[in-house]
Amino acid sequence: MSWISKTLTSSIGRKIVMATTGLFLCSFLVVHLLINLQLLRHDGGASFNFWAEFMGTNPVIRFMEIVLMLGFAVHIYQGLALAIKNKKARGAQGYVVNHSEQNSQWASRNMALLGTLLLIFLIVHLMNFWVRSRFDAFGGLAEVKVPNLDHPVGDLYSVAAASFKIPWYVALYALAQIALGYHLWHGFRSGFQTLGVKHPKYTPAIYYTGYVFSVVIAVLFALVPIVMFFGDQYQPRPATGQTVEQSLTEEPAALR
Amino acid sequence: MAGSNPNAKPMNLTLKVWRQKNRISQGGIVDYQVKDISPDMSFLEMLDVLNEDLLRQGQEPVAFDHDCREGICGSCNLFINGRAHGPEQGTTTCQLHMRKFSDGDTITIEPWRASAFPINKDLSVDRSAFDRIIQAGGYVSINTGGTPDANEIPIPKDIADRAFEAATCIGCGACVAACKNASAMLFVSAKVSQLALLPQGHVERKTRVENMVAQMDIEGFGACTNIGSCAAECPVGISLENIAILNQEFLSAKATSNNLA
Repeated sequence: MSWISKTLTSSIGRKIVMATTGLFLCSFLVVHLLINLQLLRHDGGASFNFWAEFMGTNPVIRFMEIVLMLGFAVHIYQGLALAIKNKKARGAQGYVVNHSEQNSQWASRNMALLGTLLLIFLIVHLMNFWVRSRFDAFGGLAEVKVPNLDHPVGDLYSVAAASFKIPWYVALYALAQIALGYHLWHGFRSGFQTLGVKHPKYTPAIYYTGYVFSVVIAVLFALVPIVMFFGDQYQPRPATGQTVEQSLTEEPAALR
Repeated sequence: MAGSNPNAKPMNLTLKVWRQKNRISQGGIVDYQVKDISPDMSFLEMLDVLNEDLLRQGQEPVAFDHDCREGICGSCNLFINGRAHGPEQGTTTCQLHMRKFSDGDTITIEPWRASAFPINKDLSVDRSAFDRIIQAGGYVSINTGGTPDANEIPIPKDIADRAFEAATCIGCGACVAACKNASAMLFVSAKVSQLALLPQGHVERKTRVENMVAQMDIEGFGACTNIGSCAAECPVGISLENIAILNQEFLSAKATSNNLA
């Protein structure tokens, strides 16, 4: 095993770990975004709650959830470890004058800063949605009925609708997406470069795809809380103390 | 001076120079004034003028690295106004001319900054870490025998050109100096891809990349984060494609070499 661990802890091995986990996390973003967009349907959250239930119960997804958590853990750990190692490589005395803005992009030089901002956002975000939906001790979810399922499902839609009526929360989400956009701006193409994919035929396409990907992902993710903040039709159901029966009888017309 | 511009006005400049007695002492920026600098002088000639002034005043001259002063040896290495080799693209410090500056300018001159490049004195840095990386694998073993015929080994023109482009690396260390992470990846990648592209380099192909990357890590250079400052500041234009080639070479060597250690 020693050659494997040596490979993965070498400077190039660490890059490859960052690239593979990073690109894997990009694929997660696409799935997450597609489900988020269901929030904007005018169906009282039926589609969103249906998919939230699917993501929370499907065995394949539950397995991938563990892989995803490992992906995040490794990407975050490795990113922070590399940032510390790289800072050390400069030495105790840095440059008195350094015009790095003339030779490289801001996003490229600030991946660790952007990543740390995203980590803070991730913790707030997980506490609000993921922890609450999984652990009743942290709030739990009210239950509602959705059209295509015969059993009631957790009303994650109401958590989102309630959260996105809070101005500072909407601001936090929107600003975090700017950090995400910049992180992806560098990260997407950088991942391919690290994996050795550099070719005059494909590299321009990878760069272009990366730039479009980062902007589209960031804008659409940011759009959901902003639209829900200003849109009157996105209202949480009163959730406190409701039984399943109550929430079933008090369904809006769209769900019946 | 042959080829000099008779209309060029001499310049007076303020220099902020990093002075440091030796490896262990604390350094700092010291201000100097230089007068009557010709725009036709190279940057190093301007420093020669400063040093002559200092000697005349009985002060210690500023130590800086230089050798050929023709842009080919890779000895000169100054971080000028926040840029490796100064403001001009694709140029070594010795080929940077004072006409790129204006009368009254303030110029900050610092040494390369990297843990792996300790400062000997003032602006002179010890880049023997690069030599040790080359010793670890940046060579081709040639057996003795009769002189091989020219063109005995067919090499496609575009491969030869790419190898030659990588081979133009003069090992000045600007890539390390410019990189936020003080990473030597562009240097190592140029040396690895130059030899990996050519059939003569295939004999040691796998051990070469394994050993050179291992040595690079031992020397304490940072890891590459694909920022691209290295290629932007490289005086001979070594491209980022070489780092992609290095990554490929490393991954395939690690996956297939017989080296279990």
